[in-house]
Amino acid sequence: MRLGERAGLKPAKPMRDVFGDALLEVCRKNPKVVVLDGDLGNSTKAETVRQAFPERFFNIGIAESNLVSIGAGLAACGFIPFITSFSSFLLCNAYDQIRLCIALSNINAKILGSHGGITLGKDGPTQMGIEDLALVGGWPTFTILVPSDPTIMHKAVAAAVEHPGPVFVRSSRVAMPYIYPPDACPFEIGKANVVRQGHDVTLIGCGIMVAMALDAAAILAEEGIQARVIDMHTLRPWDVETLAAAARETGAIVTAEEHLLQGGMGSNIARIVAGIHPVPMRFVGLNDTYAESADPEDLLRKYGLTAENIAAAARQAIAAKVART
Amino acid sequence: MGSSMQTDLEKLKELARQLRLDVLDMTTQAASGHPSSCWSATEIVTALFFGGILRYRSDDPWWPVRDRFILSKGHAAPLLYAALAAAGYFPRDLLWRLRQIDSPVQGHPIQGMLPGVEATTGSLGQGLSLGVGHVLGGRLNGLTYRVYVLLGDGECEAGQTWEAAMAGAHFKCDTLTAIVDYNKYQETGPISREMALEPFVDKWRSFGWHVQEVDGHDIQALIQALRQAQAVRGQPSVLIAHTIKGKGVSFVEADYTWHGRALNPEQAARAREELLR
Repeated sequence: MRLGERAGLKPAKPMRDVFGDALLEVCRKNPKVVVLDGDLGNSTKAETVRQAFPERFFNIGIAESNLVSIGAGLAACGFIPFITSFSSFLLCNAYDQIRLCIALSNINAKILGSHGGITLGKDGPTQMGIEDLALVGGWPTFTILVPSDPTIMHKAVAAAVEHPGPVFVRSSRVAMPYIYPPDACPFEIGKANVVRQGHDVTLIGCGIMVAMALDAAAILAEEGIQARVIDMHTLRPWDVETLAAAARETGAIVTAEEHLLQGGMGSNIARIVAGIHPVPMRFVGLNDTYAESADPEDLLRKYGLTAENIAAAARQAIAAKVART
Repeated sequence: MGSSMQTDLEKLKELARQLRLDVLDMTTQAASGHPSSCWSATEIVTALFFGGILRYRSDDPWWPVRDRFILSKGHAAPLLYAALAAAGYFPRDLLWRLRQIDSPVQGHPIQGMLPGVEATTGSLGQGLSLGVGHVLGGRLNGLTYRVYVLLGDGECEAGQTWEAAMAGAHFKCDTLTAIVDYNKYQETGPISREMALEPFVDKWRSFGWHVQEVDGHDIQALIQALRQAQAVRGQPSVLIAHTIKGKGVSFVEADYTWHGRALNPEQAARAREELLR
């Protein structure tokens, strides 16, 4: 079954293509935006800018450290650099450069990590960004955005440019369905979107796992369980208020992410919830493992990132809630 | 050489002496820091800031067309701070707050924390890339400033330095000048023993850079070489400045075990005597 089909969501084009469009749009609007590429522009789709604004596009080659530091130099000159590559290569190769020249310097630079998660599929685990959100979490000044649908991607890229300071935006190779009608998509950095109301349990997702959570909510609804679904598009600053309301009003939480469980979205939400209003929680994500080369759907199934997995986790969380009362 | 130039040169030598003394006082008071790495680069920084090379306005530190000075070897921060104070960027009193709580005078430079501090450095190997970024930014902005990057020799072991060298030539950054403080020692020993850089000149030349070798303690020669670098077109330039680590204090000179150590008050008193001689 197609992602989002159970929840009645309309299909869309791959997120990386959406990112390419969004990047071109901000370059048209703001002459200060420059784009730096680590020779993967045809994969990240940053190359849309190369054709439209060649003077504002720099291919620094296969040298991520240099890519980041040159971008930081451009930021010091008043430009807004979008530094783009695969999430895994960029963050793992240039972690120290981003830490020193962007995060610690707290400058106005943007990092686009594409090919996040395992759904890039057949190129395999060497290319997959399954630790990227944990890595970005290690830079205290970074705002972290994980778009879940095409409209949110456009808004996130525009918001990243407007927001002064370091911002990370995660992109993916895979297509994510429309969660929001294009003309009615609320987006504010640090303000999570409740995309489905419910009182029995809260399902919190980011990226592709928002649509997956909506599919899970459709499964649960057939069993008479009403799940609240939250699109946690910002992983810093955290929307503590929405999390607190979810814990208080539904009493059970499931998090779902296309990322390692350790250091990702769920473990951070557990830290926050534990401090405000502890409730039973369950976590869907990669459990101390790398994935492998395969079709994305096969990977999601094998590594436990399906709507069925989320629904099962929800039933467990609800059972734990009931057992407590 | 005319008499006024001689007077100027004497003034510059006197300034260099004062920078060395400031570095001594700052690091001894902080009881930490890298004075020997500052002293090898003292004449280089003197020539840049006070020898008519860098264009800057200390009362307008972020003047858009200022020349950029990026201290890639961030552990020489005390030297940078002393030079900025001498140039009037901030009061000298701040120097004595090096490495103290609630002070902007951090152990290694942090971009914008003090006027004139252009870049965050301290993890080595990153400064030359930043310099390339400043050149590309200036070009896009239509500004004609020059960019100077002071590199340590040890950080020329880092791959990123050579990524930047490649990019500097690729983008024809002829407003970019690197100066390598080639004091021949890194933290754990002589460069030639730990990770040799030679043939160093050949390496830069093969990367497409205009190369000059210069005595890094001869202020006049440094100024001359820096001026010559300004005239180079179509390629970036590098000065390989041959220096002595710890220059000016006999018992510190060329002794790598002093790399990350400050002098204690007794040693500092002896050093002061030598520097004032």
